[in-house]
Amino acid sequence: MNYILLIYGSESGDSWGQLSEAEQQAILNEYWAISELPETQGGAQLQPSATATTVRVDNGRTLTTDGPFAETKEVLGGYYLVEADDIDKALEIAARIPAARLGGSVEVRPLVER
Amino acid sequence: MIGFLGDFDRAEEAAQEAFAVAAERWPRDGVPANPGAWLTTTARNRAIDRIRRERVLARKTRELEVQEAAEESMDDTVFPDERLELIFTCCHPALALDAQVALTLRTLGGLSTESIARAFLVPEPTMAQRLVRAKRKITAAGIPFRVPPDHLLPERLAAVLAVVYLIFNEGYGAGAELASEAIRLGRALSVLMPDEAEVHGLLALMLLHESRRDARLRDGALVLLTDQDRSRWDVAAIAEGRSALDRALALGRPGPYVIQAAIAALHTEDEVDWRQIVALYTELARRTGSPVVELNRAVAVAEADGPAAGLTLLEGLDLPGYRYLDSARADLLRRLGRVDEALAAYNRALAHTTAAHERAFLERRLAELQP
Repeated sequence: MNYILLIYGSESGDSWGQLSEAEQQAILNEYWAISELPETQGGAQLQPSATATTVRVDNGRTLTTDGPFAETKEVLGGYYLVEADDIDKALEIAARIPAARLGGSVEVRPLVER
Repeated sequence: MIGFLGDFDRAEEAAQEAFAVAAERWPRDGVPANPGAWLTTTARNRAIDRIRRERVLARKTRELEVQEAAEESMDDTVFPDERLELIFTCCHPALALDAQVALTLRTLGGLSTESIARAFLVPEPTMAQRLVRAKRKITAAGIPFRVPPDHLLPERLAAVLAVVYLIFNEGYGAGAELASEAIRLGRALSVLMPDEAEVHGLLALMLLHESRRDARLRDGALVLLTDQDRSRWDVAAIAEGRSALDRALALGRPGPYVIQAAIAALHTEDEVDWRQIVALYTELARRTGSPVVELNRAVAVAEADGPAAGLTLLEGLDLPGYRYLDSARADLLRRLGRVDEALAAYNRALAHTTAAHERAFLERRLAELQP
């Protein structure tokens, strides 16, 4: 089965900035290690939500707006796509994502199989 | 069947069909030597027929895999006991706790949706909806049908035991049906996982509590353990509970259920060893950090070292509005002869109590104290 692991975290806090360079590097290495897992099919880190643009089409007219800006503390910051036999494997990988223990959370959703 | 078919609804349908066939054939041809195996085989064959029909419609690939696996093992007449896989699936942490409980009762206990709904005081359609949602999630999210691997077992087993204990506690006050269902599940678990101390501990705990069911109420009022008519205790349940506790203790490394079972077993002795009960509650409190356990410990200290010592411990507890804290304080104050304070505490406890048998008990105490 295929799962997406949606990584949520805080953008406002500068907890990242408070970490030493070595600590930052260690965390990045953990993300790389997850990218390298045989189960991982893809993934990306997103630019901050301030860079987001929203598109709606109303009666054939395209409405483009700036934002949305995060109204909640936790915003989507990245994702992994993983292929796993069952949810247990996906949950195990999700628990390894540093954001999950650094005040953020990871939402695990199965993809619709066609 | 569920493990075999990989689909709850399909397994239920197949089982129903098998029972329908049995109802038609058994009176005519006689009951087969092994009715359980017969039903499983029939249900399996019916399901394969059904899957074959659906295959014609070229639907889900998953069912094709199931069917092929089924055909390979068709000749097997012995089916492994799948209840263990089933209970771990039902109690998977990806499901909401109430769904875990309901699903366990429905699929392992065979309770009707109606009686589960009644036990949880929700309308039947609400419970039916909860069950449908849970079953759908099991399929859609890929919740596995298996006993988790060793590294996941401790946390998953804890969830399974918690669900069984929750079912037992639902049945503790009111319906005996849920309590005996929980004990049945506990017995099944102890057969299926004989090496897990906590499994035997939970079974022992439930049996020892249940053994006192008939003695717990008199004239609709709660009867405290020390005042109970021991001749109304269920001797067979106590014996089974003690032997489950012995097995748990022999396995070593006792956990919270084993410790609680040991306390419950001490309470069934002719001469209750309160010092040992205090020691066990101290250990339990250390492990759980629960103020409710501290409350029980304080009550045991009151028995071992006198009400004043127990009261000192109670005063330090942070359990605002917890009715058993007020009733425990009231009892100790009463025994110390501090009547006014006792009356006030009983009234506070009464204000937080809705259960009729507990109210009856508190009201009787109040009546006895009033000049």
